[in-house]
Amino acid sequence: MMQQNQVCFRTMHLDQPWSMEAYRSVGGYEVLEKILHEKTRQESIIETIKNSALRGRGGAGFPTGLKWSFMPRRMPGDKYIVCNSDEGEPGTCKDRDILRYNPHQLIEGMIIAGYTIGAQRGYNYIRGEFFEPIERFEQALTEAREAGYLGKNILGSGFNFELHTHPGAGAYICGEETALLESLEGKKGQPRYKPPFPAGYGLYGRPTTINNTETLASVPVILQHGADWFHELGTPNNGGQKIFCMTGHVNKPGNYEVPLGMPFAELLELAGGVRHGHKLKAVIPGGSSTPVVPADVMMQTAMSYDGIGKAGSMLGAGSVIVMDETTCMVKALERIAYFYYEESCGQCTPCREGTGWLYRVIKRIENGEGRQEDLDRLVDVANNINGNTICALGDAAAAPVISFIKHFREEFQYHIDHQRCLVAEPELKLNYG
Amino acid sequence: MTANLQLTGHRDQLFNETVRQKLDSWISKYPPGQAQSAVIPALHILQDAHQGWLSEGLMRALAEYLDIPAISVFEVATFYTMFELNPVGQHKISVCTNISCQLCGSEEIASYLQKKLGIGFGQTTADGKFTLKEVECLGACVGAPMLLLDRDYHEHLTPEKIDTLLGGVK
Amino acid sequence: MVNIEIDGIPLKVDSAKMIIQAADEAGIDIPRFCYHKNLSIVANCRMCLVEVDKARKALPACATPVAEGMKVFTQSEIALAAQRGVMEFLLINHPLDCPICDQGGECELQDLSLGYGSGISRFSEKKRVVKDKDIGPLVQTDMTRCIHCTRCVRFGQEIAGIKELGATGRGEHMEIGTYVEHSLASELSGNIIDICPVGALTSKPFRYKARAWEMTSHPSIAMHDAVGSSVEIHTRQNEVMRVVARDNESVNQSWISDRDRFSYLGLKHPQRLLQPMIKQNGEWQTTDWQTALEFAVDGLKHVKAKNGGDQIAGLISPTATLEEAFLFQKWLRNFGSQNIDHRLRQQDFSDEGHEQFSPIALAEVEDCDAIVLLGCNVRSEAPLLAHRIRQSACSGGLISDINFFKTDLLMPVERQVVVNSTQLLSLLSGIAKALLHLDSEAAKAWQHLMREKAASATEQNIAMQLTNANQSLIVVGALANHHPQAAVIRALAALISQLTGARLLILPEANSQALHLASALPHAVTGKDQKPGLNACEIWQKQLRAYVLFNVEPEFDCADPAAAKLALQRAGFVVAINSFECDSLRDYADVLLPLAAFAETSGTFVGLDHQWQSFTGAVVPPGDSRPGWKILRVLGNISKFSGFDYVSSEGVRQDLQDQLNRQASAKSSLYIPNEIASAKGIQLISEVPIYRTDSLVRHSKSLQLTPENQFLDVVRIHPALAKKSGLLQGDSVLIQQGDLAVSTTVLIDEQVAEDMVYLSAASPLAAKLGSAFGQLQLSAITEMANA
Ligand SMILES: Cc1cc2nc3c(=O)[nH]c(=O)nc-3n(C[C@H](O)[C@H](O)[C@H](O)COP(=O)(O)O)c2cc1C
Ligand code: SF4
Ligand code: FES
Repeated sequence: MMQQNQVCFRTMHLDQPWSMEAYRSVGGYEVLEKILHEKTRQESIIETIKNSALRGRGGAGFPTGLKWSFMPRRMPGDKYIVCNSDEGEPGTCKDRDILRYNPHQLIEGMIIAGYTIGAQRGYNYIRGEFFEPIERFEQALTEAREAGYLGKNILGSGFNFELHTHPGAGAYICGEETALLESLEGKKGQPRYKPPFPAGYGLYGRPTTINNTETLASVPVILQHGADWFHELGTPNNGGQKIFCMTGHVNKPGNYEVPLGMPFAELLELAGGVRHGHKLKAVIPGGSSTPVVPADVMMQTAMSYDGIGKAGSMLGAGSVIVMDETTCMVKALERIAYFYYEESCGQCTPCREGTGWLYRVIKRIENGEGRQEDLDRLVDVANNINGNTICALGDAAAAPVISFIKHFREEFQYHIDHQRCLVAEPELKLNYG
Repeated sequence: MTANLQLTGHRDQLFNETVRQKLDSWISKYPPGQAQSAVIPALHILQDAHQGWLSEGLMRALAEYLDIPAISVFEVATFYTMFELNPVGQHKISVCTNISCQLCGSEEIASYLQKKLGIGFGQTTADGKFTLKEVECLGACVGAPMLLLDRDYHEHLTPEKIDTLLGGVK
Repeated sequence: MVNIEIDGIPLKVDSAKMIIQAADEAGIDIPRFCYHKNLSIVANCRMCLVEVDKARKALPACATPVAEGMKVFTQSEIALAAQRGVMEFLLINHPLDCPICDQGGECELQDLSLGYGSGISRFSEKKRVVKDKDIGPLVQTDMTRCIHCTRCVRFGQEIAGIKELGATGRGEHMEIGTYVEHSLASELSGNIIDICPVGALTSKPFRYKARAWEMTSHPSIAMHDAVGSSVEIHTRQNEVMRVVARDNESVNQSWISDRDRFSYLGLKHPQRLLQPMIKQNGEWQTTDWQTALEFAVDGLKHVKAKNGGDQIAGLISPTATLEEAFLFQKWLRNFGSQNIDHRLRQQDFSDEGHEQFSPIALAEVEDCDAIVLLGCNVRSEAPLLAHRIRQSACSGGLISDINFFKTDLLMPVERQVVVNSTQLLSLLSGIAKALLHLDSEAAKAWQHLMREKAASATEQNIAMQLTNANQSLIVVGALANHHPQAAVIRALAALISQLTGARLLILPEANSQALHLASALPHAVTGKDQKPGLNACEIWQKQLRAYVLFNVEPEFDCADPAAAKLALQRAGFVVAINSFECDSLRDYADVLLPLAAFAETSGTFVGLDHQWQSFTGAVVPPGDSRPGWKILRVLGNISKFSGFDYVSSEGVRQDLQDQLNRQASAKSSLYIPNEIASAKGIQLISEVPIYRTDSLVRHSKSLQLTPENQFLDVVRIHPALAKKSGLLQGDSVLIQQGDLAVSTTVLIDEQVAEDMVYLSAASPLAAKLGSAFGQLQLSAITEMANA
């Protein structure tokens, strides 16, 4: 088995892994110094990132090198690099650990990104509830500033770069990149219609690159060890290692940074297998917005963007929610639907009105008040949301509904027919209250 | 810190010296002319300085301070769940009940807390000590079930842990 | 230009356009709620989803730019399914209360849902209910009906320049409102009634008054400011039910001011004059038209015979139509009077004959990159000109506001300079001085008038901004034009404009450009041997024997209410052709002839671009009141003057048009004053508040209830002057002007020039005083004095 914790968690084994000292001990900031010293060409950095097959760790899996190359090269004026540490997708808790245990690597990644895209200012948007991670990150910023990695004329290179934290205040939608920009501008987090994309019209209307915490924190390692090294950690087109947040019904829930492409079965092993020796029922592989995958399919799936894609779902943020046989799928979906209803920003009609509709109907079914026509209606309403909204939250709200009903329709039908749960055997139900 | 905050008058006199300094330090993090960017951090600061909640006067004063329309501050304050628009208890407990926590027993935790405090979600104990809130995923799913007490995460909760935790709150 | 196809129709369109704009131009209908051609695009309602070939999903037509070769299908299976889906979503939380909704019959949601609705809703959950908000006397809210298109929010932010409405809360809990209830403070607020696609924001005064399908619509022109906005008058059974905006891209776009929207409410005021009346032996009696007209003519003939025609004077409101003004002056001139004027608030007439009226299109204002406002509270004088200036400011235009007090112009302003009268003249000559070297001829003519001192930094900056701009504009507003040194101010403005190439806009009041063309002026003499008559000030000072008022309320409409009142009381004969009556009018008038008002008459308005815009009446005038042109025509006939046999207002207009065509338009020269000096001491600032401009506006109850009238009965003074005069906030103060005195309350206000006193003109308070901008004394009324 490949080694774990090679990329973002590479300081994890050290004492006080968040300190400048710990980070230096694994070669931290050497890449930055080298780049600034040699005045490495921006194009060549982008090339390396492209070749590493690094894909966005925030959810969509967009190739990072390609994203960087969209930044207008010769456009004068301000440009920005923004890190997305909003981490709101249910099941996701990896960026929090990067911030807590390896903040310097993120800082180095952001400075390099800033250098590469021509930004002199960066913001790390961290969700407001992350009091401790914010403190850690701020502490690291102070260290980096003192070490001369931030500020004017960094290490005598002529490159200026300032980096700040920006706290959120409790809104899942601010993880969506354009909502995040609005929020960073001091407004409600309401996504912008795209086009224009942030690379053309971003923060304060200026060209902006937005990447996830894990994505940016991967950058120094890639440049340190080379594109091929990184690429080969994973599988073709799915470079590197990825942190998987193993949550739900596993014996050892936790964050596991493992090679992309690892079979799900192996990852489940790592997490100690399904708890209480229960049978696996289903897995949501990439956070609550990704389609649920039944156990048998999942056990055949490789944990990569392409692998999970083949299984009819998405790798998303790598948030693996494991559900065993005791799980009531109606109840699980009710909770997920409630989340999207709660978190819809309210801007566009299908999402604002549709998420509430979905939730209320599912709740009715869960409460034993379902009607025959409800299931088809749910799918129909979900389809009317899907693809018709400003941002992907609409799709995210629709996907679970469609997939849950597709794979577990009989459970929903049972609820409607019998006004009770198919899996609600008393001793099993106790396990989760 | 619950010092008297000045909410009317000249911009240079608003709130108090300490608060102004904090606000100014945030404003300085954004490019010139983009003071509105500081709204969220500023609301956090003001909420902390005002027993954990935002009054209309406080928000108006902030609008004045940042030179933006008052409604823009109201919009932000009502959009984000961390901002309280009504008085709250001395301590705020936010329990996550989202999917990963639900799978690991957050319902039990929630009802235990409700019983123990004698209040439901969105309510404050009679002695004004605790406010209990149900929240969405807080990004600590591997530690499910979890809650946020004021500024600290508490994970892998059990009723016993909660007893100890609340017992330790002054 | 790109080639696209919409529903199989090939089109050539500007590549910067969105699909919906291309479709609108081609007359292809795409449903929409959030899109509005004069607002920013947000694409939040999703109603405009259309199928675009090669796109995976339906796209919003309002936010999808056209591209070469694009094929759009607005009626395909995919498009219709998407639109139907959105409609269903919109209706699930929308109350189905169309029968009691004021928007019923003109609701965009209702219209569209008829086309899409599947009849029975598949949504069986509980509907959302939202509490209504009180946002003032003009706009009624019913927020449960809101579909969150945010047009109103964007209107405030982008057009009105004041973001008062917002969307608070999130998701399904999002609500449009002010968060804390308060009256909207925008002079354009009523437009949100027009743009709200559903019945969430409706007209409060119009509430429950009529249904859309019961009303007939009549295009017209609003007369309250110089913009002359296009409006639509909605009537039912000969009653004006409401006024809404009419699209006119080159004038008011899609907007009108609240003044133009709600003035119609004055039409039904109990003080409306509905019957001809004559005073005999000190007793008023109603009578028929013939009697009243003969009475009026006899009275004037008598004065003419006894005292001469030059003892008659005529004053006409700037809100009159071109036709009314033409007939008014023609009739009076036939009596041998040249004492005719419409410049009722003006005090300085020395530049008469040098008037600078060059046409300006409002769109050009938006394009200006430097604008100087000179004694111009533009938001209140001409709200839609302010809107254009705001657009200029928001796209980087540099706005300099020079005035006697500071107002919030609701736009980014480069500088606001608060001056007193002396400082104003000095500032202007400083700017001119900084520029004089550009033109030796002008230098020769002006040098000796300029002060010694070199131009200050501010003066130089303003001069430079005007010179450097590609297109710049100087607007001389009412406060400058009503000033006792108005001619000097205008002359300096004209000089600066000449030296910098800036356009000059002497902002007219209401329809006064038309009144100018129609010769409602003392110096517009026709015959060679005739001398110019008395101007609007002299007319009162000279205390003539007879006065004819045409929709003039002297205590509110004139520069010196006290002088006017005195003259009228002493006159032998006063004819008032007015729409409203009041006690003071009854006191000094001898004949009252009921005049048709806005919406009741036909006529012509001349806009800032010098376009003649004619309109017809929308309703028959109430009671026995008659359109002004008809009254004047018959007066001409009864007076036995020739040339009064018009059969329509078009005929009057044609007659004037022919006359003007015959006259060669002489280019007027620049007026050069003898000296640049101003009176010293504490002076009044007399500003006409936005809702006190003319009789109709003053009789509109809803407008009188708005917060804009808040300063009507107080006097605003600077803290420094307050200190000097020993006055505190809220003190009672005595204002003395010669023998005249009024007492009122002090409001301390840093925005007012240090040694001037702000008093609302056209107010009951100002009616008791004399000359606007006159000298005055302030003294505290102490407890002792009261006792
Ligand atoms: C509703 C919604 C929520 C999202 N939340 C997050 C988030 O919490 N963190 C994150 O990094 N990306 C999130 N994303 C994805 C971002 O929009 C964006 O794609 C990402 O930050 C880009 O970074 P990457 O290319 O490095 O992945 C979210 C997207 C949507 C539609
Ligand atoms: S899809 Fe939902 S979250 Fe996204 S913009 Fe629309 S309403 Fe807001
Ligand atoms: S009109 Fe296009 S989305 Fe509303």
